[in-house]
Amino acid sequence: MQADQRPAAFWFLALFFALFVLFLYGPMLVIVVLSFQGPEGGLTFPLRGVSLHWFAKLAEGLGVVDIGAALWRSLGLGLAVMALTVVFSVLAGLAFRKRLAGGNTLFLIVVASLIMPSIIVSLGIGLEFRLLDSGIKQALEFFGMTETLEGYGTSLGLFTSALGAHLTWTLPFGLLIMFAIFNRFNPAYEEAARDLGATPWQGFRHVVLPLIAPSVVGIGMFGFTLSWDEIARTSQAIGDVNTLPLELQGLTSTVTTPSIYALGTVTTVVSLLVMALAVGLAWLLGRRQRKAAR
Amino acid sequence: MSSSLSPSLPVSSRAPGRSVAAWWQALPLTAVFVLFFLVPLALIVMVSFWDFNEYELLPGFTLKNYASIFEGCGNTSDLCVTFKTYLSTFKFCLLVWLITGVTGFAVSYFLAFHVRSPGVQTLLFILCTIPFWTSNVIRMISWVPLLGRNGLVNQSLQGLGLVGAPIEWLLFSDFSVVLAFVHLYTMFMIVPIFNSMMRIDRSLIEAASDSGATGWQTLWNVIVPLSRTGIIIGSIFVITIVMGDFVTIGVMGGQQIASIGKIIQVQTSYLQFPLAAANAVILLAIVMMIIWALTRLVDIRKEL
Repeated sequence: MQADQRPAAFWFLALFFALFVLFLYGPMLVIVVLSFQGPEGGLTFPLRGVSLHWFAKLAEGLGVVDIGAALWRSLGLGLAVMALTVVFSVLAGLAFRKRLAGGNTLFLIVVASLIMPSIIVSLGIGLEFRLLDSGIKQALEFFGMTETLEGYGTSLGLFTSALGAHLTWTLPFGLLIMFAIFNRFNPAYEEAARDLGATPWQGFRHVVLPLIAPSVVGIGMFGFTLSWDEIARTSQAIGDVNTLPLELQGLTSTVTTPSIYALGTVTTVVSLLVMALAVGLAWLLGRRQRKAAR
Repeated sequence: MSSSLSPSLPVSSRAPGRSVAAWWQALPLTAVFVLFFLVPLALIVMVSFWDFNEYELLPGFTLKNYASIFEGCGNTSDLCVTFKTYLSTFKFCLLVWLITGVTGFAVSYFLAFHVRSPGVQTLLFILCTIPFWTSNVIRMISWVPLLGRNGLVNQSLQGLGLVGAPIEWLLFSDFSVVLAFVHLYTMFMIVPIFNSMMRIDRSLIEAASDSGATGWQTLWNVIVPLSRTGIIIGSIFVITIVMGDFVTIGVMGGQQIASIGKIIQVQTSYLQFPLAAANAVILLAIVMMIIWALTRLVDIRKEL
């Protein structure tokens, strides 16, 4: 294997790998191409002209679904999930470096949440908030607050139950990444800061945070992109309004025009932009670090 | 993120600190998992024993939800709906596990042992993981223009004169469901297996070949056992995902194929929470048994 001549196995595996990459990306490329289908074109090849017709159709809305509103909702939720995932994961990552009573149990719960079938988590959260609803309604009735009772809808919603559902999916990734970071983290810098009289906060702010910053950007990227595409955990834990991927899932069986490919192209572009942004930011932060180290 | 790719040795970096401060820092994360994971699971177990009518849930203790799930399952000549659904889910599980396992192993093996430059290695690895961060539904419907009745595959086959009429079973069938699972989740095999392989001491492989082992013997007796942890972690991911799935089976099966996840989803949409909860408890028990069997063998924490 270490010989200069590549063995036959190499070429066979290289071919297999190339086919695998084609299998991963080929279909996605096909729908990107087909989303630029001319106005006369259909869901499959041949391409009848090239146009932005289906993107325009998409902007008008598909049937009763307001795509624009769903897109903004998903964007808002994604940003909230990203912020909370970063803050909570970093804090917990720091906690696990110290003596943490019950740390093993907490870690097991986090891993359990990661591998728990999403439909179960989703059902549980939906159930929790519905029981909460009936509790609140009973309380309102008991206290005779009929006006509030009539106006009360549900506690299920984008920034309550859906946010919680997303966090059960993004936080495990965040915590595992923090573990990976701190497993390779050299505590000497921190000790030096402490020896020089830095408070724990100063030590974190000026020493630890700059060192882990590029990887923390990665956690943010996980937080946003996983939330942006999340369906299974959100499905039973969302109230009256839907996120973009849930609308998209509903549209797969009703929309029979290339508009749905246009929507696919748009959401994929958003995901790719966020990834590019994260990689760029991580690279910048890393470069600043290397400069400072010189 | 990229740091998780490099196979450097983990340094134990336990900074001295007070336990109280640690708990304040772990509190937000703990609160999320208590509120949105542990309490919901407890409620599922509780409500699975409740009664219900068309309008509301009736607190109490009854086993009739469980009884109704297994109704008719005593009959040996004809399988009941529940057993049939589980059998079909197990079938998907086994197929997807085998295919993603072999594919994931081959891809990781190529990356870890045949690509020599670390830069190229990282680049190719990232190439395999990028689709993970894009929409699953989009990746599913991207098969429609290829596999549909008038899709690219059928057009080509007919153009070549290999088939007379379009092949119908390419889309909205068991085939397309398995294909989509493999397409979506092989990543979950590649990442842990690649991670395990990168930790294998290269001198062991030289030692094997010096001792006269053939390529296959080295692969089977050295690399596979040493990648065991990665293979098991990947298997847990793939199996739990397929066991609870309803989105992929729904979209790629044309909403015609049953799965436990789908049963739970439908019952929830009819507000039959106690029934859905009972199904979830049974699914949970089965998944936990599978995971228990698999995790007898690994400690995930050592792998990071």
